[in-house]
Amino acid sequence: MHSLLDSLIEIIRRTSAEIPDDVHRAILGSLENEKKGTIAESALKIIDRNIDLAKRKSQPLCQDTGSVLFYIDCPVGLDQVAFEETAREAVKQATKKGYLRQNSVDSLTGKNDGTNCGPGAPNLHFHQHHSADLNVRLMLKGGGCENVGAQYSLPEEALGANRDLAGCRRVILDAVLQAQGKGCGPGILGVCIGGDRASGYAFSKTQFLRRLDDINPVAELAALEQEIIKTANDLGIGPMGFGGNTTLLGCKIGAANRVPASYFVSVSYMCWAFRRQGAKIDPQSGAVTSWLY
Amino acid sequence: MIQLTTPITEAAARQLRVGDEVFLSGIVFTGRDAVHKYLHDGGALPPEVSFQGGAIYHCGPVVIKDASGEWKVVAAGPTTSTREEPYQWQIIRDHGVRGVIGKGGMGPRTQKACQEYGCVYLHAVGGAAQVLAECVKKVRNVYFLEKFGSPEAIWELEVENFPVVVTIDAHGRSLHEEVFNASSQALAARVSAGAH
Ligand code: SF4
Repeated sequence: MHSLLDSLIEIIRRTSAEIPDDVHRAILGSLENEKKGTIAESALKIIDRNIDLAKRKSQPLCQDTGSVLFYIDCPVGLDQVAFEETAREAVKQATKKGYLRQNSVDSLTGKNDGTNCGPGAPNLHFHQHHSADLNVRLMLKGGGCENVGAQYSLPEEALGANRDLAGCRRVILDAVLQAQGKGCGPGILGVCIGGDRASGYAFSKTQFLRRLDDINPVAELAALEQEIIKTANDLGIGPMGFGGNTTLLGCKIGAANRVPASYFVSVSYMCWAFRRQGAKIDPQSGAVTSWLY
Repeated sequence: MIQLTTPITEAAARQLRVGDEVFLSGIVFTGRDAVHKYLHDGGALPPEVSFQGGAIYHCGPVVIKDASGEWKVVAAGPTTSTREEPYQWQIIRDHGVRGVIGKGGMGPRTQKACQEYGCVYLHAVGGAAQVLAECVKKVRNVYFLEKFGSPEAIWELEVENFPVVVTIDAHGRSLHEEVFNASSQALAARVSAGAH
């Protein structure tokens, strides 16, 4: 298992220090799009310089290295218990190396033992598939942006949002308005229409595993994603909430079944420091065979 | 770009306007939840520390000791400021703070204190931990390290050309309030249009 440990530490290092290409391209595009000489443009320039510095120095993009969320697609028969133990060890070692801040606190005592491991931390989601591939994706989800996430139960009378796509649009845009710049925008939304209160949020986060430049296979959702980005950017909230043309860099929406009595829309917000990487790993040797983003 | 150096005079603070881009140089003191609560509850600053004409930075930096035993800041982005909203106005009033650095903006009590006592809120770019750490030239000292732990301690930092934007000024203006109001109106126009 030695090599799997090394591979997981490297995935953590890359995730923490290197922004994925698709996100970087979106940030550069938005920089083009801001009016020259505005504070919005300055903020994006600083963000771009920060991306470059973090990569060169192999240092965390942001000091809040976030919740550590693993998403694992594994062949049938993979020993998940052993994998989880190795992942916890990788998190401990990555923390020692400074790729992760000592960022996990006991919720009752407030104590931070400095390992980033404890109940629910790190968080691993396994998904078996009928393929020999082992794909490990990692997301580091910061607290500032997590705090501006929101869940709506439709109908939402105050907003005039009914149980239809127009209602979904209404509440998603409300989440953008309420967030302003507080989630370190420009942000990316991950949205789940449906599900229950727990699965809705969980599903909304998996939307962040999609590349920003992909196209939703469901035509209505693809259209809604584009419409949300356009309208959000027309609101003029801008980078950091300074005002400007870029409020969202992306919006990814999925739908899950619901019970007839419930209609939840769960919105997760990701900051510009969108840390998500992944690798295909040889299940036998544990070595990385290719990178996924 | 406006150059601002600590100690900041009341006149210098009052000259700044919402939207001004500022390079701050001099000394800043970090302080977040624990420090604000402590001062609010009547705690005293260490005798070596004075916030008069100074800047408080809402930040929990990542600081390491290098090979020669010197402190070195490796990541130093701002943390969310609104958590200090219950305390900030009083600390501005009682300690002569002229600049509050953070992210996400602050509420009406801080806005009022800025106007009354001559202080500004300086917004740093959230998440820009590496760029901002490069502006920290030296760690001069640290206070309350044992008491509050590293992220919550008061770090005395020497900064050079630390980039910030004035988003709350001493004239009663808040960019956060203005952007919120404008974007609320823009959204109202777009959702009623979308409903038909
Ligand atoms: S919201 Fe993101 S960029 Fe902002 S401080 Fe948190 S992790 Fe960093």
